[in-house]
Amino acid sequence: MSRGMKQPFEKVVEQHGGTVLRVCRVLLGVHDAQDAWSETFLAAMRAYPDLPDDANAEAWLVTIAHRKAIDVLRARKRQPAPVGDVPDVPNGLGIPDAEDGDLWQAVKALPDKQRQAVAYHYVAGLAYAEIAGILGGSTDAARRAAADGIKNLRKNYPGATTKGAPA
Amino acid sequence: MNISPDYFASPADPGTLSKLRHRLGLAAEAEGLLDVAYTTIDSPLGTLLLAATPKGLVRVAYAVEDHDRVLCTLSQRLSPRVLRAPRRLDAAARELDEYFSRQRRVFDLPLDLSLSKGFRQLVQRHLPEIGYGQTRTYRQVAELVGNPRAVRAVGTACATNPLPVIVPCHRVLRADGTPGGYVAGPGAKQALLSLEAAA
Repeated sequence: MSRGMKQPFEKVVEQHGGTVLRVCRVLLGVHDAQDAWSETFLAAMRAYPDLPDDANAEAWLVTIAHRKAIDVLRARKRQPAPVGDVPDVPNGLGIPDAEDGDLWQAVKALPDKQRQAVAYHYVAGLAYAEIAGILGGSTDAARRAAADGIKNLRKNYPGATTKGAPA
Repeated sequence: MNISPDYFASPADPGTLSKLRHRLGLAAEAEGLLDVAYTTIDSPLGTLLLAATPKGLVRVAYAVEDHDRVLCTLSQRLSPRVLRAPRRLDAAARELDEYFSRQRRVFDLPLDLSLSKGFRQLVQRHLPEIGYGQTRTYRQVAELVGNPRAVRAVGTACATNPLPVIVPCHRVLRADGTPGGYVAGPGAKQALLSLEAAA
């Protein structure tokens, strides 16, 4: 895009919708991810006219998704804990499908910062400096959180590999 | 990255995304954020892009105009809050279908002429007064809008009509009866005139 040209919001959704959904899935699991995606793009559309033309749209969207996911997690914590055994099957309560259940359990068990850093670096492909901007703290801390997150995932979910990860 | 092909790295399934995009269109409309809604429809003259603001239909574009470019222009001139959201265009799509199948002679749609200014907009406002199946010359239209010497400016107003077909610039001809210019080419203009003549 040349300077002073803002592309139609539809193009932003087309280009980044898939990535933002994958990020939301890592942050929240399959079920809540859809609500977070909707909240993210609605808020983004509201703010879009004020986004500088040369801004990195993906980093901007991930920043919004980050805040929306925190809102969802807070709301979830306010809800009472489920009673009795947790079933293995999807039950509409935010527990993802069985096929990604094991990995999700491992992802969910990560400390928030590690899970976020993994999502923003390995799923969204953001640079550590951008991730530091979202999480607060230094670039090194963001790099460390992502590395620790991957290490923990490998330990708890042996099928995990990091083939093709961005440098 | 391939922590799990299913979970982290795989493309989100297209069904989920298209459902979410559809839902976004509805939510944006409900929140008053959908400044420009658009869709595309098939017609005997190729794919048409239809775009509407909350005020009304604002743009009809032929494929030859390059729909991506048209959307960029709408984004710059009206608002970047542009989404493919067909619902707002339902009535326009239906009326155009009826027109192309010779079941409609008059369009009954709210229009937003804000892409045109001044004299051009004045001319475009008057063009629907030329009835279905009739034609006028550029000079007659100049007289119609009260500025008989502005023949050339009428030509420009027709050439820059943001709502072809709906605002019938195709009914304006040269004094010698030849079609004159048209955004989608003289063939398209002739096709519309023939369609109306045959009805």
